[in-house]
Amino acid sequence: MTSTNRYLRQTSLVSFGEEGQAKLADSQVLVVGLGGLGLPVIQYLNAMGVGTIGLVDHDTIELHNLQRQVLYTEADLGRPKLEVAIEQLQAQNSNTKIIGHDTFLNSQNALEIIKNYEVVVDATDNFATRYLINDACILLNKPFVYGALHDFEGQVSVFNYQNGPSYRCLFPKMPGPNEIPNCDVNGVLGVLPGIIGTMQALETIKVLTGVGEVLSGKLLLFDGLQQQTQTISFEAQADQKNITQLQASYESQDCLMEFGVSAETFLSNAERENMQLIDVRNSNEFEHDHLARAINIPLSQLADHELSIRDERPVYLICQSGQRSALALRLLTAKYPTLKIYHILGGMNKLAALCP
Amino acid sequence: MTIKLFGVTKDIIGSPSLSLPTNVLTGKSSPKTVGELRQFLGKTYPGLKELSSLAIAVNNSYAQDAEEINSYDEIALIPPVSGG
Repeated sequence: MTSTNRYLRQTSLVSFGEEGQAKLADSQVLVVGLGGLGLPVIQYLNAMGVGTIGLVDHDTIELHNLQRQVLYTEADLGRPKLEVAIEQLQAQNSNTKIIGHDTFLNSQNALEIIKNYEVVVDATDNFATRYLINDACILLNKPFVYGALHDFEGQVSVFNYQNGPSYRCLFPKMPGPNEIPNCDVNGVLGVLPGIIGTMQALETIKVLTGVGEVLSGKLLLFDGLQQQTQTISFEAQADQKNITQLQASYESQDCLMEFGVSAETFLSNAERENMQLIDVRNSNEFEHDHLARAINIPLSQLADHELSIRDERPVYLICQSGQRSALALRLLTAKYPTLKIYHILGGMNKLAALCP
Repeated sequence: MTIKLFGVTKDIIGSPSLSLPTNVLTGKSSPKTVGELRQFLGKTYPGLKELSSLAIAVNNSYAQDAEEINSYDEIALIPPVSGG
């Protein structure tokens, strides 16, 4: 199979042609996040003949990923996303050079990883990494293709393209941890990241080949329920593009990290430690399934609940994903500074993945 | 004045759009600028004030607080969203 035949359907497009194909073959794209957004991006970029694709993720595949992360199968449960994605991409197109970065992106590794690529695709699911990618791309002068979801809506844009506006020109300040619900709390309709992710793939192709008009200085808003799109134009703000170094950390909950225990640590502590376990999810979630020792105090009622400070057992907080338990930790630590309080990172989801 | 709502602003206000008869906005006069509108909405819906970043677009363009608005302008409230 010659490469001419392989890409014939796109090289025969007059405005794309052999020239566009040659540019793709010669390009290096980094995709951060191998979840609902990242998978359609990598599948199309790989199918279409992008020469080098870098992948960043450190997650494992869980059952509740499968309704939207359509590259993964039931046989892949528990395996690292990175490993499965690399296998699948190599089977799909053996010509592509695939580079795996088995880590989450952070302030320590971001510049080192991003500097080798031409374009970055932000397919993450949290603000901390989005702001980190923004700042790193400004420092390295790289464009990045942004996509994000909320309920049945999506946003797409290309930031920092040819000195164009950045993410901070739209949203200067990173939201706090409890301002905007994420998919873990809010839910996401399986097909929606597929739509937004393929739009990101399209924008990436346009950035790489120069075909068409790149969505720079424009924010595309997609409303899946109404099947409507709207495009907002915006300009670069010099003060928002004036980034001289990365922040030491982008995690607004960093101060709480030391009181976050991994699900593995929790399980081993639970065997030998006498603890109070508080499940801060809603009562219907609790009734649906909970840990044997847990008592239920929903986050909304936690502020009114009195813990006994004479009870010296350590307090462990759990919720579905670790987000509400982090808020509960903040609340209780402020109220009971003398108690030992921890929260379980990844929550019930992580525990379910460990002991299905 | 019609205000289209996106992301978490839909949840805070409880509907996909907001229609404000301009004369009752402030009792006397309607907001003349994006900044005044932002203040008015923040008073009526305190949840909006807690957003670190909230972009406001006027007629499909990102607007600074000083920008003037009229009753026939199409406004959109656009918060950041994080899901992926």
